[in-house]
Amino acid sequence: MRFFLRRAAFYAFTAWAAITINFFLPRMMKGDPVSAYLQKNQGRISPEAIDSLRTLFGLDSNKSLLEQYIDYWQLLFSGDLGRSFSKGLAPVTDVIASAIPWTVGLVGIATVISFVVGTAIGAFIGWRRGSRADGIVPVATFFSTVPYFWMGLIAIAIFSTTLGWFPASHAYDKGTQPSFTLEFAGQVIQHGFLPALTLVIGSLGGWILGMRNMMITVLDEDYVTVAQAKGLRPSRVLVNYAARNASLPQLSSFAMSLGFIVGGTLVMELVFSYPGAGKLLLDATTAKDYPLMQGLFLVITLTVLVANILADVAYAILDPRTRQMEA
Amino acid sequence: MTTDDLLTVSQFSVSYDVTPPVEAVRNVSLTVRRGEILGLAGESGCGKTTLAYGIQRLLKPPAVITSGSAVFHDESGEDFDINTMDEIQMRAFRWEKASMVFQGAMNALNPIITIGAQLQDVFSTHRPAMTRTERRLESGRLLDLVGVGSNRLRSYPHELSGGMRQRVMIAMALALKPQLMIMDEPTTALDVLVQREIIEQISELRAEFGFSVIFITHDLPLLLEISDRIAVMRDGRIVEIDTARKLYENPTHDYTRRLLASFPSLTGERGGFVRRPGEPALDEEAGSIR
Amino acid sequence: MTTLEFKNVSKKYRVRGSGELLALDKVSFTLTSGQTIALVGQSGSGKSTIAKILTQLERVSSGEVLLDGTPIPTWGRPLRRYRQSVRMVFQDPFASLNPAHTIRHHIERPLRLDKVVPADQVEEEVFRLLNRVRLSPEQTIDRRPHELSGGQRQRVAIARALASRPALLIADEPVSMLDVSIRLEVLNLLAELQREANLGVLYITHDLATARHFSDEIMVLHHGTVVERGKADDVILRPQHPYTRALRDASPDPEKHFAVPTTPGATS
Repeated sequence: MRFFLRRAAFYAFTAWAAITINFFLPRMMKGDPVSAYLQKNQGRISPEAIDSLRTLFGLDSNKSLLEQYIDYWQLLFSGDLGRSFSKGLAPVTDVIASAIPWTVGLVGIATVISFVVGTAIGAFIGWRRGSRADGIVPVATFFSTVPYFWMGLIAIAIFSTTLGWFPASHAYDKGTQPSFTLEFAGQVIQHGFLPALTLVIGSLGGWILGMRNMMITVLDEDYVTVAQAKGLRPSRVLVNYAARNASLPQLSSFAMSLGFIVGGTLVMELVFSYPGAGKLLLDATTAKDYPLMQGLFLVITLTVLVANILADVAYAILDPRTRQMEA
Repeated sequence: MTTDDLLTVSQFSVSYDVTPPVEAVRNVSLTVRRGEILGLAGESGCGKTTLAYGIQRLLKPPAVITSGSAVFHDESGEDFDINTMDEIQMRAFRWEKASMVFQGAMNALNPIITIGAQLQDVFSTHRPAMTRTERRLESGRLLDLVGVGSNRLRSYPHELSGGMRQRVMIAMALALKPQLMIMDEPTTALDVLVQREIIEQISELRAEFGFSVIFITHDLPLLLEISDRIAVMRDGRIVEIDTARKLYENPTHDYTRRLLASFPSLTGERGGFVRRPGEPALDEEAGSIR
Repeated sequence: MTTLEFKNVSKKYRVRGSGELLALDKVSFTLTSGQTIALVGQSGSGKSTIAKILTQLERVSSGEVLLDGTPIPTWGRPLRRYRQSVRMVFQDPFASLNPAHTIRHHIERPLRLDKVVPADQVEEEVFRLLNRVRLSPEQTIDRRPHELSGGQRQRVAIARALASRPALLIADEPVSMLDVSIRLEVLNLLAELQREANLGVLYITHDLATARHFSDEIMVLHHGTVVERGKADDVILRPQHPYTRALRDASPDPEKHFAVPTTPGATS
């Protein structure tokens, strides 16, 4: 219990620090792009939207820094991240909310598949080291070193342009409205298949290699020999003794990659014009849409934190030693 | 071959198939008698551990058994030739007939599952008819027997001291009442007081259950005290095998003498120690075999 | 004549969750040139804490460590002078030598740093030191640690420790990681060098038998306190403290085990 309280305190502090930095950053920006924008669009923005933008970007020069800071927190708790300049002054929260599910859905599923499949393959070829299964290693290394954008473009060229099996861009057919129908779900899968496939192929090699190397280290441990000497079935030795220990370091990398889902798939979303958070961030940057950028940064920071919490919890469940070290 | 013999190893050789090949065990022949403690003494790289693993067919590539046989004479009268059993027979043989104890303070126990689970999977593998409750009760009984206590079933290895972990290993080795226990440096990592307790426990259990022990260590003084017979290994060969007393009082091989002289006597004369300053040192250091 | 003095030294460690751990409790002793003391104890007795204090890896919590009456300096030239007169030989000959450097480099370094001999005689001195630890200089000087056996490496470590002509040597389990058949050679060598150079040696070990034969005196450390000290033979043969007796009785002793009759040639 002590362990969890300690970790909770640590994460609360980190979250506070990240949010506070997010508060100070725009205040340190040179010039005042936000005021200029507000000036230009006078009358088109509601007074309360202006208020929240003023708070977010520190334009209330008549208020003390502390008051601004308190106002800022109040805004965050009410879920108000200001208005996006480039998306027709829609609330930033809504804009992000419309992009996040696409990214999380597609990249999340791809990451999970890649982790599970890669770890399983890595465990198997580590177990069978020296056999023909080792032939997978150079192939895996090759695919993990290929630049992603190149692989994405090749995939489009082959499966979309030449063969016409899958659409080359967007999350669903143009002109359709998102709805919970079977037809729409089919479209989503069809559109998501190539991006997901390329993401899986691009990251699979890393999981395979990481797991294989850990397996080889773990297989030399005495407890694996003991398990064999006990006459346990090979499948049991592989799963309960070797792979369980070998997968612990994989788990932290997995949590880290979950944390990068939101911010880290820019290239994929560009190559496939996928309407996710990465593309949104790029759009925001080119349009100098500061409220949207700030909102996205906040969301990205928080996802990385949440992923780390998940990793910690998983580690504590799977490795009893972590619990004790803190006790 | 009498019924007193439990294990007959003949002309046993193991090579490490690297370039150039390393012969780790060369034509070793020895017999383990029913109920005896056979000491296997030697320095690092002499092949004593490789021999023990070979007998259990636990060697991993690149190690290969190149010749010889190891035959286990079961108390039922049946003989098991370790080299000719298939994988499934071998798995059934392991632990049931011959179990192992490793350097327990190190990492012979899986760090992430409870010691109870590690004891119980012996039963779920070899005694599939036992119910979950029976397995748990039996594991608890074993822990009580070695003085760890059945309340420790849910403990993880890191929650126990080195001596406790070694007792858990011994409990595990006892689980199926095997006829042979192979102990590889079981007390090397332990403090001398704990070592003494463990050694006493092993002799008590042996008196109670009558299993044979192959006790592997570089600690010759310890072996001399606990073994019935001792085999001294060097460079993959057994250079001398005899009863502990004879080996101590009348060693015939030079290497045995040298090994004995390496341990100054605790309460006796200085022996080889600092008695002859200026004499050229024996420069022939044992090369290690990878 | 150099004297190292531990005066009522205590060392506390803070342990998370459970307060403090008293690793050393008012330990006092002196080590003088020419004297050999064995510090005997099991793991957790505090013997490695003493070694750490002497190498300046740890500070004392209370009490004093004095070299010829002055506290151990913590920095600068005085610290270097301290390190010149009190040298260490560590347990692990694999870890204590830098794998990237030749044996020559290892031994030259203290010679040059401490300006033991004029620069033009450094080479000669390296040869002399290697000969003293019975390594063939021609065969070892340009090698790197991984090309030598464990015993040879430990000899290099000893030669390096002796290079700056220390008055005192702290040997922390110097042979426990070596193969058994070469342990005595290395200990014998240490004993011989000790006599030649009139070194004061603190021999830290868990092994009662070598402690008895190597050193004049034995101190038995248990839970951070010295429970018994005295002449080596007295401590082992006529232990006064129950803990010492327990340790002695638990240590394998074939000679006693087989008792009489024993042929005289058996142990030589």
